[in-house]
Amino acid sequence: MVGVSTSEGLGAQPHKRTAVGAAMSVLNRLAGAPLLARLGIKKPVDRVVYGATKAGFTLANRTFRATGSQSKPQRLPSAGDSGVFDLNPTEDQQLIVETVREFAAEQLRPAAAVADDKCSAPPELLSTAAELGVTLVGVPESLGGVATDRSTMTNVLVASALAEGDLGLALACLAPAAVSNALVLWGDEEQQATYLPAFVGDDVPAAALAIQEPRAVFDPFSLRTKAYRTSGGFVLDGVKSLVPRAAAGELFVVAADLEGRGPALFLVESSTKGVSAEAEPAMGLRAAGTGRLVLSQVSVPSTALLGDSSSYAECVRLARLGWCALAVGTGQAVLSYVTGYVNDRVAFGEPVSHRQGVAFKVADIGTELDGMRLVTWRAASRAALGLPFAREVALARKLCTDKGMTIGSDGVQLLGGHGFVKEHPVERWYRDLRAVGLMEGAVLV
Amino acid sequence: MINLEVPKKFTTLVDQARQAAVAFLRPNSRKYDQAEHTYPKELDTLAALLDGLSASGGGAGTGGVRRSSAKRKKGEVVNSSNMSLALGTMEMCWGDAGLLLSMPRQGLGNAAIASVADESQLARYKGKWAAMAITEPDTGSDSGAIRTTAVRDGDFYVLNGEKIFVTSGERADCVVVWATLDRSKGKAAIKSFVVDRDTPGFELVRLEHKLGIRASDTAHFRLDNVRVPAENLLGSPEILPDKGFAGVMQTFDNTRPLVAAMAVGIAKAALEETRRLLSEADIEIDYDRPANSQPAAAAAFLEMEADYESAYLLTLQAAWMADNGKPNSLQASYAKAKAGRSATSITLRCVELCGSIGYAENDLLEKWSRDAKIMDIFEGTQQIQQLIIARRLLGKTSAELK
Repeated sequence: MVGVSTSEGLGAQPHKRTAVGAAMSVLNRLAGAPLLARLGIKKPVDRVVYGATKAGFTLANRTFRATGSQSKPQRLPSAGDSGVFDLNPTEDQQLIVETVREFAAEQLRPAAAVADDKCSAPPELLSTAAELGVTLVGVPESLGGVATDRSTMTNVLVASALAEGDLGLALACLAPAAVSNALVLWGDEEQQATYLPAFVGDDVPAAALAIQEPRAVFDPFSLRTKAYRTSGGFVLDGVKSLVPRAAAGELFVVAADLEGRGPALFLVESSTKGVSAEAEPAMGLRAAGTGRLVLSQVSVPSTALLGDSSSYAECVRLARLGWCALAVGTGQAVLSYVTGYVNDRVAFGEPVSHRQGVAFKVADIGTELDGMRLVTWRAASRAALGLPFAREVALARKLCTDKGMTIGSDGVQLLGGHGFVKEHPVERWYRDLRAVGLMEGAVLV
Repeated sequence: MINLEVPKKFTTLVDQARQAAVAFLRPNSRKYDQAEHTYPKELDTLAALLDGLSASGGGAGTGGVRRSSAKRKKGEVVNSSNMSLALGTMEMCWGDAGLLLSMPRQGLGNAAIASVADESQLARYKGKWAAMAITEPDTGSDSGAIRTTAVRDGDFYVLNGEKIFVTSGERADCVVVWATLDRSKGKAAIKSFVVDRDTPGFELVRLEHKLGIRASDTAHFRLDNVRVPAENLLGSPEILPDKGFAGVMQTFDNTRPLVAAMAVGIAKAALEETRRLLSEADIEIDYDRPANSQPAAAAAFLEMEADYESAYLLTLQAAWMADNGKPNSLQASYAKAKAGRSATSITLRCVELCGSIGYAENDLLEKWSRDAKIMDIFEGTQQIQQLIIARRLLGKTSAELK
């Protein structure tokens, strides 16, 4: 009874943020952006917010401690079924996506080339993304987030909108959300109380979902990273590959094969003995600072086990769906860019877009991209509705892998030699899109 | 709210269409593939049955493609006749595309009438079976260049010319014939006329022998001074340079998603049968394990099913847009382009995967791979769809992007 009386009254609870509220608070900061002008909101420009005002991700030894008291884990209910086939996002989703797209166009795209070169994302971009609410949209209101129901669809829309700016930076922005989403979906009350507050606070930790392993024909259902039971918990041993922001990560959700049970998820804090990270730059996704996470006889408590035996397959599916969303956004970037280019580029006395050999490639990009979007959306909406979605994710992944890569390749081809040089972003999208079919984990929608 | 599931209110309709396909189309599929040009008399019974269903609000009638004029509340999203028709068409073509194309009173001419006819014309042709005649021996995809002429003579138009590839041309009650009022005025002068089959001078030259959809008759007509009542002209008789041709082309925005739906239905049939045969060969499809960790045939199946899903959803998108009064030219062409090429490649690959079972006439797989090819050709070839899409995406006119 004590809990009830202390949880009421002024100031007893933090103010709840709604999805619209989160978006609006970012609008406040993005002063001077065209969207503000369109919405008629006046706010003085405050560029300081993009300076290094945030502590960033240097707190590698943050201590996660349970705060508050929950009697049971908080789960998001399935979205209510409208019973109508509908391709219109909700008003909240529209506002969020518009804001994120604006951010992607004005902040991510211009920063992408340098971030790709440096293999790291500018900290101020990551904190702005956090303020945008990329983690908040998946966390229930009761835990300080803005979600009222299962957020898979919204997460997909956000991921696509970010990737339209840049896939590598989008991955860097979304990596912590993979962990917070996993905690919302499968965390018990103690895990949620220990870790989630950090993800809805001002200083969202660098965190990542680490499933991938460095081997050919990797199958996430057949892991080489092992987990052994000990008296106090588990010992993990193995190597995870292409983990976003691995070096800065403070918290990881690691997939390991648990003896006697099969693949399972474990919460591993970076400060744990035996955890180390190695840089693993790849052909693409470079802005995300990919690295290997090496686990050498890492002891974790029994409370580190996340979810039950059905969680893992769902995790793999939702991660793949995240990659589909990223492919859709990147494909949109390619389509927009090449459309402008082939209309401007003149050869043989007229725009090259007047040639069928060029124009039909653009048509195919448009057609396949719209199909990728719809197949991805169907999987996401089924997940949000609480329907089975394994089939739909598998099909979205196959489609986005194959057609996404074709779009990346055709994007370069349509620019010819100009597509091959770094003066244009299409060569980066070509490198980034190759990741879609091979990546497991890293994002989670 | 984004939701890509078929609404429950169409469950009955889809189920009825599937039952009809199982009971009437599949059992007769091979029979009329072999007995080309023989009228599938079983369809009369089925058509009567479907008319009954249509009257009760269900059924898969082509009459439903009229651009939705139903009053909608502002902001309200509806699932209506374009979507139910697409869904019904998918099921029926899962049964047999050639037989669906032969369904009495469900011709493409009916779709044209539904799309552009005025109210009195609609009433006059209610219950009639209308075929569609656009293509000529020297004019295929460039339908703006047709040579069949229509000359006004009192209360009549006099039509002269030659038409080929008229689906159900022999069996239909009437044919919607495209003709030009004035060849010097280009596309704007092209109008469509409803010509009754028994009009003097309207001569059936021959029926084609085809690669697939052999249950459907494909006619070749000669028009020799065919006198058509002036009120049989669909739409406006005026030659309006800026929008004339658009009127007749508008039909395609409604029929292309239907052809896409046909292609989707055939692809679905082939995939279901292939999965069954693969299972007999101990190859199971796993949606969780990576495609590359599964047998090559399973990986191929996943790739095909992904293309199928894309075509299916692009088709529903185009229908949904039509139901909600959104211009859908681009999306109709997306659907037609994707479904046409996917159905062809999927059915051909299914034959390959299933080996001699797929190739031999004991199974229907080889037939579906022959039937599918037309879906990438009629109502605008793959290349025409690519042209339409490219012009839209690139903002080009037909003069700039030829």
